[in-house]
Amino acid sequence: MHSTRSVITFVLIMTFLVALALAGMYSGLKPIHKKNEALYSKKATLSAISQYLPSNPADMEGEKVINIFTEKIEQIVLDMNGKEVDASVVQSAGYPGGKAENIDMAKEVKKPVSNQLLPLFKYSKDDGEELYILYVRGKGLWDEIWGYVALESDLNTIAGVAFDHKAETPGLGAEIKDNKSWYSQFIGKKIYQDDILKSVYVRKGGAKDDVYEVDGISGATITADGVTEMLERGLEYYRPWLESKRS
Amino acid sequence: MADVKVAEKSGITFGKKERKLLTDPLSDNNPITVQVLGICSALAVTTGMKNAAVMAVAVVFVAVLSNFFTSLLRNSIPKQVRMIVQLVIIATLVTIVELTLKAVDFESYKQLSVFIGLIITNCIIMGRLEAFALANKPYESILDGIGNGVGYGIILLIVAFFREFFGKGEIFGAKLIGPSSEYLVDTTTSTWMGWYASNNLMVLFPSAMFVIGILIWAHRAWKPHLVDIS
Repeated sequence: MHSTRSVITFVLIMTFLVALALAGMYSGLKPIHKKNEALYSKKATLSAISQYLPSNPADMEGEKVINIFTEKIEQIVLDMNGKEVDASVVQSAGYPGGKAENIDMAKEVKKPVSNQLLPLFKYSKDDGEELYILYVRGKGLWDEIWGYVALESDLNTIAGVAFDHKAETPGLGAEIKDNKSWYSQFIGKKIYQDDILKSVYVRKGGAKDDVYEVDGISGATITADGVTEMLERGLEYYRPWLESKRS
Repeated sequence: MADVKVAEKSGITFGKKERKLLTDPLSDNNPITVQVLGICSALAVTTGMKNAAVMAVAVVFVAVLSNFFTSLLRNSIPKQVRMIVQLVIIATLVTIVELTLKAVDFESYKQLSVFIGLIITNCIIMGRLEAFALANKPYESILDGIGNGVGYGIILLIVAFFREFFGKGEIFGAKLIGPSSEYLVDTTTSTWMGWYASNNLMVLFPSAMFVIGILIWAHRAWKPHLVDIS
């Protein structure tokens, strides 16, 4: 039988060694983790405009993704009044990088709505036209869902979307990310009707309108309703900027 | 159960006993189909073969090293806190796996994240530490860790094969049967066996229960001495 003193000594030494090893490993790998995270979110951003890219961003080499980002994408950060803000404002909000790609939306949506920052990515196509990628975030059935919505230069027609989720059910709610034939429906839909922001409605039982509705997903009504709500609210946040650009 | 103390021998040899340590958990003493341990992770990570393979490698790594370290320290671990010490060893190794995976394959890390952490609670690993590593030498413990880790991994891959093949028509993410997503958008692109509609049930968790149940039945039908009639 070990004495209490030897038990405590053993546990303390063990804890110290383990903590030292893990802390060392964590800080050693941190730069690589950060790089991977940044690349992952860049790929997610680009997947909204994948039909305009030579290949699917998910299969692209990391270098190529970074090239597209530096050469063809202009990063803008908006406040809730639709005004562009400087890098210093973004930095003081807790993102040292100061760019749209540095904004952590999971953190941002917890702030009061009027203080939130909105990332915006402007992609220049080869023919000179521009695409705008907006970010939306909402709730699915189990947890958060989010997505990128790409608009054509008329700021009305949807050029592509890419949704993602934290914990939706595979085969049901997770179809918003996995089922290409579902999310491809959004391409060509319009968000404005007679200068009123209408957003796109995910209709249970099948779209009844060619321009403003898409089909729902069987067995995933709540996730689909979450997408409708997310788009409506998310696009509303961008409305001041959209309107200043459209007029 | 292979919990019998292996005779103390000096040096590293590979005889009948050592071979039994490696091969027993593969079939006759398989952690999943015979001992019915580690079912929760077998349900969660078997939707695709890639996830199952990453998980299997991670579990082999943790099982081998935790067995090794526990066995190495078996005479100095105070008996009053041995469970806590085992947990710390497992948790440390799992954190190392998690940090490494995050650096090496970020996509898999994103898909598996919470389940990698749950290796800590995988009863196979703690069970082997309690039942084997605490009473045996490091070399035998390593073999036992490999055997149990691989025995778990094989079942994981078999279950994932059925679930991914029938649930998505894919193997390791490569489309084999059923309409591809391009086909649904543009029907002029042809796919092999395009008439096969993917069975969504196979992607959901209950199907893993069915597949494991059928595996357990098949295993016992093949080896009747495993049937437990108590």
